[in-house]
Amino acid sequence: MTPEALYDIGSGMFGQRGSSRSRVAIAGALSVGLAFSLTACGDSDSGDSGTTDNEAAAIDCAPYTAFGDLKGKTVTIYTGIVTPEDTPHKESYKPFEDCTGATIKYEGDKAFETQILVRAKAGNPPDLAFVPQPGLLKQLVDTGKAVEAPAETAANVDKFFGEDWKAYGTVNGKFYAAPLGANVKSLVWYSPAEFTEKGYTVPTTLDELKALTDKMVADGKKPWCAGISSGEATGWPLTDWMEDMMLRLNGPEAYDKWVSHEIPFNGPEATAALDAVGGYLKNDAYVNGGLGDVKSIASTTFQDAGLPILEGTCSLHRQASFYAANFSKDTKVAEDGDVFAFYLPGKDATDKPVLGGGEFVVSFADRPEVKAFQTYLSSDVWANTKAKLSSGWVSANKGLDPNNLTNPIDKLSATILLDPNATFRFDASDLMPGAVGSNAFWKQTTSWITGQDTKTTLDNIEKAWPQ
Amino acid sequence: MFTTASTTADKLLQMFAAILLFVAVVGVILFIAGRFTGRRGDRTVAYLYLAPVVLMLSVGLLYPGLRTIYESFFNAAGDAFIGIDNYKTIFTDAEQLIVLRNTAFWVLLTPFVATGVGLLYAILVDKARIESFAKALIFLPMSISFVAASVIWKFMYEYRPDQGNVKQIGLVNQIIVWLGGEPVQLLIDSPLNTFLLIFVMIWIQAGFAMTLLSAAIKAIPDDIIEAARLDGVTPWGMFRFVTLPAIRPAVIVVLTTIAIGTLKVFDIVQTMTGGRFDTSVIANEFYSQSFRSANQGLGAALAVVLFVLVIPIVVYNIRQLRRSEA
Repeated sequence: MTPEALYDIGSGMFGQRGSSRSRVAIAGALSVGLAFSLTACGDSDSGDSGTTDNEAAAIDCAPYTAFGDLKGKTVTIYTGIVTPEDTPHKESYKPFEDCTGATIKYEGDKAFETQILVRAKAGNPPDLAFVPQPGLLKQLVDTGKAVEAPAETAANVDKFFGEDWKAYGTVNGKFYAAPLGANVKSLVWYSPAEFTEKGYTVPTTLDELKALTDKMVADGKKPWCAGISSGEATGWPLTDWMEDMMLRLNGPEAYDKWVSHEIPFNGPEATAALDAVGGYLKNDAYVNGGLGDVKSIASTTFQDAGLPILEGTCSLHRQASFYAANFSKDTKVAEDGDVFAFYLPGKDATDKPVLGGGEFVVSFADRPEVKAFQTYLSSDVWANTKAKLSSGWVSANKGLDPNNLTNPIDKLSATILLDPNATFRFDASDLMPGAVGSNAFWKQTTSWITGQDTKTTLDNIEKAWPQ
Repeated sequence: MFTTASTTADKLLQMFAAILLFVAVVGVILFIAGRFTGRRGDRTVAYLYLAPVVLMLSVGLLYPGLRTIYESFFNAAGDAFIGIDNYKTIFTDAEQLIVLRNTAFWVLLTPFVATGVGLLYAILVDKARIESFAKALIFLPMSISFVAASVIWKFMYEYRPDQGNVKQIGLVNQIIVWLGGEPVQLLIDSPLNTFLLIFVMIWIQAGFAMTLLSAAIKAIPDDIIEAARLDGVTPWGMFRFVTLPAIRPAVIVVLTTIAIGTLKVFDIVQTMTGGRFDTSVIANEFYSQSFRSANQGLGAALAVVLFVLVIPIVVYNIRQLRRSEA
């Protein structure tokens, strides 16, 4: 689940009050609408070709000479990354534009996830698209319009990314899409000040996490806070919880089989995982710090759920790295600040499973400039350029120097992602078919937190899996 | 080709281009129509004027409608014919049955309660001194969009625990606490939550009902009312035998219009609960099946069921209109 998507509210269908008189107005509105879509065909963009030589002087063009002279060539990008995160993206293309002479046309659209399929099917795809879900990538490849990644890009990915990441960009044995950004979901937010004051230590195994929780209960606290309300996507934080436990208790192989439905959704592995989540979130002694009883998890928005940490009414909150954006500006997010996060530990200290997400760059054109830019985006040069420009962004690119990241939580995420012992797994709900991953899984875990038992919950999700 | 305009200037430019194109198309039709005269010409002119409407209705309504019916007999991906399985799912699956139950609650309650409240209010404030102010008060929710109204009521129903220094932020729970009760998870307990959502719809629609019915009451000829008074009618008799029969057509229009709007309700459910906690209705389920679950077939079948449910109401509405005009 991408955080951007969560802020989308489905466009409304308003009840029409049809009287005979308003019909004229409706017909008028319809024809204007029609005219609108016709004119919308006209190209509206006025991309500036940024090849100013004095600016280029400040940039070391050496890494870009391999791309050759691309003067007058244009590459179009279509993505769901919109304001304000689009600015560092556009700025990170500047060295490429300045050194090769190519122009990059960036188009951000909140409705990207549905529109990209429409555009690909209609034969009107962009040159490159940033796809946040491997499942969607597969659908795009199935349209027959996507182009395999060039050899240079594949070489970069082999060099800079782990095999797991390459696998997510591969469809039917062919490599299509290089990873772009990444986020880490296996994080627990806490208050460093409280830990120092009470003498708590960051746990390194699941048993230690449990012991820490019990210690906090003994100190008279409700340690955990959680919230899953998120409009039509209500329930997704619970799917992340369950995926984290699935990965920890059953290992990456079982996780992969569970995702691809080689083992059933309601098997013993999944049951153990959901029960482990229940051990924390359905335990009245553990939740819901500052927010109420177990049921209040269902009604608390995911944005509000971790805020009680600042009030001192809650100590632990499991949520992805992007949760940092929900703290107010004057909150210091750092190891010595008001709030920070630690890695949700594995079964033992050597075991380092990481749950996360990311975007992948898929191409729909095989022109040389498109290939060149695709290769640039998969390089360490781009990853480091982007890191210096943005806050709240990381990549699993091994060429990324964590010291180039400005923000402490980004540094932590990069350290976790780049740890050679870490096993990365993509958010399962983004990989499963839509009927499960973005419907039954959300709905049923929501019912589960409001009282439904584990067996019924998992049986219902299993039933929803498309035949 | 369908690129989106990126700047405000681009958008304005596109808007003006669209308006110009619209004017140009209408101009061409008017120009051609102007060349036909005489009795035979009248018919041609009529066809010419109808042409854009027919064209747009077939492209925008008829074709998608038929296509939806066709797709409702196919599987999730839309590539295999599965007969009436999607319809079977709608009428047998436990989750879908709750959707149908909720839709029934909505359609049975909203039109009658909203119309009833609107009618009562219209009669109460009729000819009162503060009539226009009182009317404005109940009419205001009408001017708020469904989504905005839902956000407002979401806050009204908001829950905070009864815990130490935590303060309620929802008015309804605050009142419960003032009365000495425990705060309630209003939007989570089913079926209470569905009724609380229906209340929002009634809150919006009562103003609509009141406005139309008040106008109808004012249109009752004074001589009928005077004649009834001379016959010594009681207030109830006045309502039952004079007012109600006189405004019957208006009541039916209001009832059916609200019923159709209620069948299509989507925004309130989507904004307030997202269809969770057993609050989904057909229109919301159609959206979530089509766009969330990628189940084209079931989505289409739900749309067809909605369409079939609306037809009798529309037919009844049109017949009543015809009768009152005749």
